Amino acid sequence: MSIKYILRERFAPWLLPLLILLAWELSTRAGTLSSHILPEPLAVVKAAWQLIQSGEMWVDVKVSAERALAGLAIGGSLGLLFGLATGLFRPLEIAFDSTIQMVRNIPVLATIPLVILWFGIDESAKLFLVALGVFFPIYINTYHGIRAVDRGLIEMARSYGLSGWALYRDVILPGALPSILVGLRFGLGLMWVTLIVAETISAQSGIGYMTMNAREFLQTDVVLVGILLYALLGKLADVLVKALEHGLLRWHPAYQQGVKA
Amino acid sequence: MSAIAWSSSFSPLTGLDIESELRYQQLEPVDGVDLQPGVESAPIARGDVATVQQPGRDPAVSLSGIAKKYGAREVLSNFDMQIERGSFVAIVGRSGCGKSTLLRLLAGLEQADSGSLRTFGQEGALETRMMFQEARLLPWKSVLDNVMLGLPRHNGGQSVARARAVLDEVGLSERANDWPAQLSGGQRQRVALARALVHRPELLLLDEPLGALDALTRIEMHALIERLWREHGFTAVLVTHDVHEAVALGDRVVLIEHGRIALDQAVTLARPRARETAAFAALEGRVLQRVLQAEPGAPGADLSVEESAVAAHGVALSEVRWAI
Repeated sequence: MSIKYILRERFAPWLLPLLILLAWELSTRAGTLSSHILPEPLAVVKAAWQLIQSGEMWVDVKVSAERALAGLAIGGSLGLLFGLATGLFRPLEIAFDSTIQMVRNIPVLATIPLVILWFGIDESAKLFLVALGVFFPIYINTYHGIRAVDRGLIEMARSYGLSGWALYRDVILPGALPSILVGLRFGLGLMWVTLIVAETISAQSGIGYMTMNAREFLQTDVVLVGILLYALLGKLADVLVKALEHGLLRWHPAYQQGVKA
Repeated sequence: MSAIAWSSSFSPLTGLDIESELRYQQLEPVDGVDLQPGVESAPIARGDVATVQQPGRDPAVSLSGIAKKYGAREVLSNFDMQIERGSFVAIVGRSGCGKSTLLRLLAGLEQADSGSLRTFGQEGALETRMMFQEARLLPWKSVLDNVMLGLPRHNGGQSVARARAVLDEVGLSERANDWPAQLSGGQRQRVALARALVHRPELLLLDEPLGALDALTRIEMHALIERLWREHGFTAVLVTHDVHEAVALGDRVVLIEHGRIALDQAVTLARPRARETAAFAALEGRVLQRVLQAEPGAPGADLSVEESAVAAHGVALSEVRWAI
């Protein structure tokens, strides 16, 4: 691997973001961009540093991450469970699938007024919204993953004497896994979106609370820190799922870097 | 014990519904199958086997009066065939003639609408394995784990040793830990062959397993299959659309047309078969002529051997061209 290659593949993608940052910094310094609209990048870094030093940031990130993970755990496991059930058992598919597909078309955020009436504005409302947002992508992809397992492989495995649990363990679940992981990635994306909205509407802590609070005091730098935090956490979740995929889908041609036979 | 009853060991677990979509029917004992009128009904119970066999023959499979329909289309009708133990039967025919259906019936993957299909295992059920058109390896299992599919897992490494030995026989022992996606098409079919052989089948069914391979790999696979067939002594039934392949491998070449046997040609050429000889070409030409004939009784039905030999040379040359 030549230095030229490393330069092109590793550093070239960062060129554009760096240029944008530079232009932004210069235009705020020159006064063409008001700091009420966008504070200069250095101010954002300073605000972030202050929030880290005071410990505020850590508390808010912790609260938001806990909400996100709890919602993911509830909605994700329910989605997986229902997806497996309807994918594997025809009577359950008949009973549940069309209803779930109907409810799926309602945007989660449209239910917010109802959720506030049901749960008030405390933690359970946020948990409910995140869980609901995560449930559908994981459900749909699990269900489709199981349905899409190659029938030829199942027929082959059965003719080699596999049935019951062995058939699920060796053929159906591994076959559905790539699709389930796609569902997890979509679910994580929606998890942050619903959490942001839920926290922006009403919260006494969390990243959303931090940004809304800053808005009251026209602290655009803190608002930007909040936005960047969401971006960072979203990216982190994506990286984690990618690592999971690399671990679990080593067999998949798309994840093999080795030489081909 | 009949193949139909034997295949019921693959029947689905009750209550698991993904299975119903696979067209696996809950199987009834063969005694319940109606025989077609006019077909002599043969005794089915295992105790009567000796009385059914013809003197001097030892069939592994016996079909009589088999009929199979898909909807209104009759794929096999009043189909009779005996497959002798240890023989290599090659089945040819145009697409849709019923040859693959026949193989799936033998494998127990489909059930006949009527007629009787009896198999004679040497100890109980006839151990049958099938090689499919595609290798159908599980992509998430290593080559070795694919070969071990269906073997008992915890028996002190016996299964592993057996799987490794068979992988060695197909020449892939050093690829044991690779993923199937890292193999070429021919190597995948060799793993599929190893997976079938590790169960020491008495009957090996091959459903055009070489159809997707390039010509050179096919010739290598022919030699491999023939060698393993001679070493293991199983009965082999090969379905193919390639007459050349059928003549190269079969003791018998059976042509199926409109759901019936149209030609049953014994191949007595010495093994391993030299494909360049006039006798090989003559035989191949004869079968090919018969395949190409649209209807029985059409002109050219009774080619003399000399004529067909001439015709065969033309065919053989063109085959060589695409083989190269």
